[in-house]
Amino acid sequence: MSVRNSLLALLTEGPKYGWQLRTEFEERTGKTWPLNIGQVYTTLARLDRDGFVTAAAEVADADPSQRHYSLTDAGRTEAMSWFASAVQHESAPRDELAIKMNLALSLPGVDVPGLIQAQRVESMRTLQSYTKLKAAVGPDDRAWEITLDLLIFHTEAEIRWLDHCEQSLRLRPARQNSSTPRGYRAPTTAKSQR
Amino acid sequence: MIVLNLTDVSRVHGRGDAAVHALRAVSLQVEAGELVAIMGPSGSGKSTLLHLAGGLDRPTTGSITVDGVELTTLGATSLAAVRRQKVGYVFQDFNLIPALTAIENVMLPLELDGRGTRAARRAALEALSVVDVADLADRFPDDMSGGQQQRVAIARAVVGDRSLLLADEPTGALDSVSGEQVMRLLRDRCDSGAAGVLVTHEARHAAWADRVIFLRDGTAVDQSGPVGIPAALESELA
Repeated sequence: MSVRNSLLALLTEGPKYGWQLRTEFEERTGKTWPLNIGQVYTTLARLDRDGFVTAAAEVADADPSQRHYSLTDAGRTEAMSWFASAVQHESAPRDELAIKMNLALSLPGVDVPGLIQAQRVESMRTLQSYTKLKAAVGPDDRAWEITLDLLIFHTEAEIRWLDHCEQSLRLRPARQNSSTPRGYRAPTTAKSQR
Repeated sequence: MIVLNLTDVSRVHGRGDAAVHALRAVSLQVEAGELVAIMGPSGSGKSTLLHLAGGLDRPTTGSITVDGVELTTLGATSLAAVRRQKVGYVFQDFNLIPALTAIENVMLPLELDGRGTRAARRAALEALSVVDVADLADRFPDDMSGGQQQRVAIARAVVGDRSLLLADEPTGALDSVSGEQVMRLLRDRCDSGAAGVLVTHEARHAAWADRVIFLRDGTAVDQSGPVGIPAALESELA
């Protein structure tokens, strides 16, 4: 969806080739999300089929890289309505950390405070790396800075969530299952629960 | 060169059953050019550590040196002199004197230390320039934004080439952009040779430090960093 809408948005500036769309997409988003050229052409073909773009080529059945794509009126309306509407977060993304925390809380013998602290150190390390990158961003690289800010705020949110889990567990300790599930062996190095 | 050296430092408030162990045998070395952040929940000992490092409080046991000077055995007058000459503080609520202008606030520690008015004024103006508020030198704190006041407070903390910079939640009263600017300034001061210790509960600001120390119940339980730039992202800078 984001690739489709991004290509439409870029075409509001005027007709472009597929390779050109890929380069401009990557440059304007801080080169954070590399785009496969095959994906660009597949998406353009679908947009063409749906009447949002038209492809002009000097020879019929030309190689996709030789086609010059431009927006139809419907395509322009579609691009503008993307900017005018909010991005929907329809379902919670599958998150390994949240799954791990839930399972740790429901299984006996898992050192949950230890898990939280180990993750906090790792997330802080990631945050320090992003911040180092941010400190080195040049004044003209706005796209990269904005992308880094998003990564920084996401990682900070994860650390705040870990702090919150820790505090809430102190006040209201989890009731981990007392019976050991079949085949489960508690790690021998696990520290005792606080 | 190690500027701040804490060895097995403990601080106990009260005695017997009522004793509260604010800090338990914490050791920490901070070198010139290094910024260290301290994180931990309320009551974990963050502020106690900062007060001890700056000679505002004395440990129950352990050794604390700043630039090689042992603080724990100093008398009150000598300790005050070390604080004036070697240690700069930045607080959450800026702590500027409202009846003094920006430049007078920055001159104050130098004048208290016996520096002549003209020399103090020159040094203060230079410190204000470094943090980009020289044009506000004659304004009173009430006529400045929070971010501007914190810049003046940083100038006051670094004026006179003090080697140790201690910051207690310096971004707590600021919006996120001003907070980030303050962190960039603290980072710059450390990059130009000061040793810095930052207490904060905001991970985003702690991440400007070379190392982040996690305190729990008065004990340093973990440390993150120093870190490099991940190879996967390094190409972005090329």
